[in-house]
Amino acid sequence: MIEIDGITKLYDGLPAVDDVTMTVDTGTITVIVGTSGSGKTTLLRMINRLEEPTSGSVRINGESTQAVSPHILRRRIGYAIQGHGLFPHYTVARNIGAVPALLKWPAQQIAERVDQLLTLFSMDPAQFRDRYPAELSGGQQQRVGVARALASRPDLLLMDEPFGALDPVIRARAQDDLRRIQRRLGSTIMLVTHDMEEAIRLGDRVAVMDAGRLVQYGAPAEIIARPVTDFVADMVGRVERPLRLLSLATLSELVEDGAAEGEALPVDASLRDALSACLWTGRDAVPVEQDGAVIGRVTFDAIRARARVHP
Amino acid sequence: MKAGQILRGGMVLLLVALVLRPEWFYAVLAPFAPTGGPVIYERASLLSLSLSHLGLVAGASGLATVVAVTLAILVTRPLGAPFRPLSRTITNMGQTFPPVAVLALAVPILGFGAGPTLVALFLYGLLPIFENAMTGLSTLPPATMDAARGIGLNRWQLLLRVELPLALPVILTGIRLSIVIALGTATIGSTVAARTLGEVIIAGLLTNNTAFVIQGGLIVGLFAVIIYDALVRLEAYCARRTGQ
Repeated sequence: MIEIDGITKLYDGLPAVDDVTMTVDTGTITVIVGTSGSGKTTLLRMINRLEEPTSGSVRINGESTQAVSPHILRRRIGYAIQGHGLFPHYTVARNIGAVPALLKWPAQQIAERVDQLLTLFSMDPAQFRDRYPAELSGGQQQRVGVARALASRPDLLLMDEPFGALDPVIRARAQDDLRRIQRRLGSTIMLVTHDMEEAIRLGDRVAVMDAGRLVQYGAPAEIIARPVTDFVADMVGRVERPLRLLSLATLSELVEDGAAEGEALPVDASLRDALSACLWTGRDAVPVEQDGAVIGRVTFDAIRARARVHP
Repeated sequence: MKAGQILRGGMVLLLVALVLRPEWFYAVLAPFAPTGGPVIYERASLLSLSLSHLGLVAGASGLATVVAVTLAILVTRPLGAPFRPLSRTITNMGQTFPPVAVLALAVPILGFGAGPTLVALFLYGLLPIFENAMTGLSTLPPATMDAARGIGLNRWQLLLRVELPLALPVILTGIRLSIVIALGTATIGSTVAARTLGEVIIAGLLTNNTAFVIQGGLIVGLFAVIIYDALVRLEAYCARRTGQ
């Protein structure tokens, strides 16, 4: 559990982060979202003490981050940033093994961990281990950057716009990968982004920041359905609001008995996918399948009703 | 590429022949010697002069590298930043002072011989190394530096594992410039009795013997070109290693 308690950062007397208090549960993804200059990156960087807070404190699993010197603290916290920040003069394996090497793991154990992570990120170890970052594509570099951040099994993973430099297709895949890997490893992740779409897609909890203050902190559905300020509503986007809400719910929620025409959707697809299918093919309902068998249908009317009933 | 290698090999062979078997060039050089005068310089072995010349250059450039890189490291730390203008002024002065003046001023203190030459070459070599090392160390990729700090490298690890290796190609460029300047400048050391290839050139100038001047000049020139070329290739290799 990460406890951030009344943390403030002043630059020349002006607050970049203004008295933020929040708690992050172990094993969840928390996304901090805001416009540029909202203090989201500064907040993140105060957790691993790349910035020292002017006042307030941070505790990781009950222990104050001030209890050890910064570089020792940072070895326990994964860190991945936009543009990956890989060491250009290290091979992929040495990049990923950088933190375990700092922690003096035996070489054999580091090598095994590197291969394990490369496999996890769908990169063949034999093929990629000895390459240099300049020989990788943008998406591969980014994956190696995240693998490096995960290498020592950190208590917490901090990510600052990790997918910012990727094109939309690769970005969506990277987000899915992160989600999958986080579920598998049970990591605690705090991620900063300016993209509300990304926040809703990835976050178990979303923290919205504006002008240094934490204005709303809650589950994505709550942020969408009940924005507390105009700023939050603008961030969510008034037009996209119903679609974003539908993107959070799966077909399993509305599946009912009955038949429908056309191509079936898997039961874990989102209601937005189903709505899109209805509109595109002019159907009033879509069949729902699970493990290859049709188990029922979701109707257009049900989706419409679901979008109006805010949870 | 092929032509370059042939040229490179040719130059090395020519240099080796000029240093070890100067008598082979008798016929070529004879027209430049005064009638009845000596054609080939024989007052000292050209090999020992070359080694002494290179030794002086290596010593002075080595010392200049250590001092200039250390200085550049210090002034690129947050604590050292206020000293940046001062160290710039000092290294600039080293460069603006003509080596001949340094020699003249150093002789009363250090006496005749290699000492004053070493000082002059050292001072003259500081600036290019310092400027390049400072540029190299202050233009590192910001994302890499941020990530390096973020994953828990301490200051020493950051310097030794990331900053210096990444700045190495740029630092090497400075060292190369400094060495090539020193190779040429070392010849004037012979005016204060340092043993360098300048001895051959000066002997030629004093006795109106162009053959000596050509011998000395050609050897120094070939050393400069060959060493320059070797260092360029070393830089390219390092740059590839750092993925640039």
